[in-house]
Amino acid sequence: MKQMMTGNTAAAWGARLADVDYVPAFPITPQTEIIEALAGWCAEGAMAARFVTLDSEHSMLTAAGAAAAAGARVFTATSSQGLLYGFELLYNTAGWRVPFVLVNVSRGLAAPVTLETDHNDILAARDSGCLQIHAETCQEVLDSVLMAYRIAEDRRVLLPVIVNLDGFTLSFTREPVDVPSSADAAAYVGTYEPRHAYVRGERPMAQGVAVLGGAAYSHFRYQMHLAAQNALAVHEDVAAAFATRFGRRYGLVDEYRLDDADLALVMSNSYATKGRAAVDRARAAGVRLGLLRLRVIRPFPIAALRERLAGRSAVAVIDQNLSIGAGGILVREIAHALYDHPSRPRLLSYVGGLGGKDLSEAEFSAIVDDLVRAADTGEVPAPRLLMTEPEAAQVHTLLAIAGKDGGT
Amino acid sequence: MSAEATAYRKLKDLPKDEVVLPGTSLCAGCGGLEAFRLFAKVLGDRVMYVNAAGCFTMLAAFPYTPFRGSWLFTTMGSAPAGAQGIRDALDVLMARGRMKPEDDVQVVVVAGDGSTYDMAVSATSGALGRKLDFWYFCYDNESYGNTGVQMSSATPFAVRTSTTPVTARTPDGMEGERKDIFEIWRAHHPAYLATVSPRYPVDLARKVERARALRGPKLFLAAAPCPTGWEFDPARTNEQARLQVEAGIFPLKEAIGDGPVVHTVVPGRRRPVEEYLRGEGRFRHLFAPVRRDEAVAKIQARVDRYWSAVSAPAP
Repeated sequence: MKQMMTGNTAAAWGARLADVDYVPAFPITPQTEIIEALAGWCAEGAMAARFVTLDSEHSMLTAAGAAAAAGARVFTATSSQGLLYGFELLYNTAGWRVPFVLVNVSRGLAAPVTLETDHNDILAARDSGCLQIHAETCQEVLDSVLMAYRIAEDRRVLLPVIVNLDGFTLSFTREPVDVPSSADAAAYVGTYEPRHAYVRGERPMAQGVAVLGGAAYSHFRYQMHLAAQNALAVHEDVAAAFATRFGRRYGLVDEYRLDDADLALVMSNSYATKGRAAVDRARAAGVRLGLLRLRVIRPFPIAALRERLAGRSAVAVIDQNLSIGAGGILVREIAHALYDHPSRPRLLSYVGGLGGKDLSEAEFSAIVDDLVRAADTGEVPAPRLLMTEPEAAQVHTLLAIAGKDGGT
Repeated sequence: MSAEATAYRKLKDLPKDEVVLPGTSLCAGCGGLEAFRLFAKVLGDRVMYVNAAGCFTMLAAFPYTPFRGSWLFTTMGSAPAGAQGIRDALDVLMARGRMKPEDDVQVVVVAGDGSTYDMAVSATSGALGRKLDFWYFCYDNESYGNTGVQMSSATPFAVRTSTTPVTARTPDGMEGERKDIFEIWRAHHPAYLATVSPRYPVDLARKVERARALRGPKLFLAAAPCPTGWEFDPARTNEQARLQVEAGIFPLKEAIGDGPVVHTVVPGRRRPVEEYLRGEGRFRHLFAPVRRDEAVAKIQARVDRYWSAVSAPAP
């Protein structure tokens, strides 16, 4: 049965339907609606989980990992500064090899402090060992949380999984969501029966212990990397089982009108919806444009990207993030995936949508013009920071009010 | 306390079985480890130690562990939150019938003073506010010991550490006073809190015995004379631990719930602090090349002031 709900509520439903045991929590905008929903359901008894508010995200993620190390199924959520405040635990809990699911509601990072979305928060976590699934719609948020438990708890993986959705543009957008029945969700997700990490008086176990020497350390870090790579195949298994039961099919990457496309946009998360509209406009104007949406970003789906992007004339990556001093983050990873392919496309780099800045039709048009030119002439423009003239004028107005425009 | 029913009246009453086994990589003569060994053997092996980064983190180094109980290393700033996660997980798994009650364990934070007094205060305050049922064992060597003995918020006045050096402009070394973590805990109304010393094993054992009956947060703040950081011969750990108490510098006390603070060992005639201070290289600058009377007198006055406020000593 479809219900109207926000991305945040869909995330909470994912946790509820996964029948989690434990929800350590800490509020932060724009994630708070998730823990409010879960607090209510735990209080009224709709969920059997224990809900506890910790003193910080650092403590919250410690409690999440520790409870998973004790054998409980755990859900938690954060955003932005909270993810960074708990950052140490992303690496730590991944190293403990304990499965749990963390929903991150993306929001730009301070300073300057802001509320709306971009992906510098979640992409800062890309090297942590926590896997990442990026969702475009409210339905995908709910479905991805259910799938994330099966991936995280799979014995070939045993790593935390972060499901990412955009703050405001998805967290507070209501869409129709098909909510599985509890019975269907339980049959799909299964119960968590840890064999490697638990706490039992009869069977003591030391977890998270120190290692001395680089060889042992390297071994354990390589094991994490191999486990993360295993998650590519596990995702496909889990997605196939999901499609069988629920009729919705998710790939490592998602795509729109890509099959016959000569040119492609690469985007992630909710702004990809704007990309789909741009594809339709370009197609109407006779440009064979398609869209590839990155969904599973850790592990990075190199083979899928090569398969779907090689052979195109030109590809434009729109990074909704900025690695200060380097540029877009994902374009670099995509370049690495394609570099040694004999028919690699021209690769164009754009940074846009920071702090919730809109991506206008004009900006997409400019990108499409660049793509067409690159395909025709081989000319690849320098990486571009997207902003429209009216937006620039608005910024100048603010600077003038602050007495900083045109001065020193 | 002579009328109290106790299993521990003399040293040989303590359990014979060791639950923290020897052969670890900690420094010779570590007073903190001796206090922990005594604490752990009274508590037993049905435990989950939740460790904060510090000296004791090196106790369990792959593939070895000296513990008969379980262990989880967390971070420097969040071991009490780890204890929260473990306790909550075990409670909910038992409530949901997925774990047998006989598999339950006591959850014990094991942390040094750097974590306890500084970095983990937020996580600790949170756990205390939630009345978490856990033990907290702090080995207090009054410095960031594992990183080479830097000043922590537990470092007392006039200690020389590598970040409170003795110079012409800072002749006393550490110029401030250490935080009173016992009172910081007590303001949170925990179930139990005590200070213990490795030189007073019967006192320590009886405190574990009393605390065992109580649900909620239970602090054991252990004096941890540190040959490496305090600069004395490892063979003299017990002597410094005894002087620390007999000079009144490290009072042995406890409080149950909101009850009064009771001093469990009251030195009949306190030894001058100087006897204690002279035994440690970290105070050498108070006596050579010139004697710093003012600093020694200030330390003595603080101790005297503390004990003059102790109104009802234990019988």
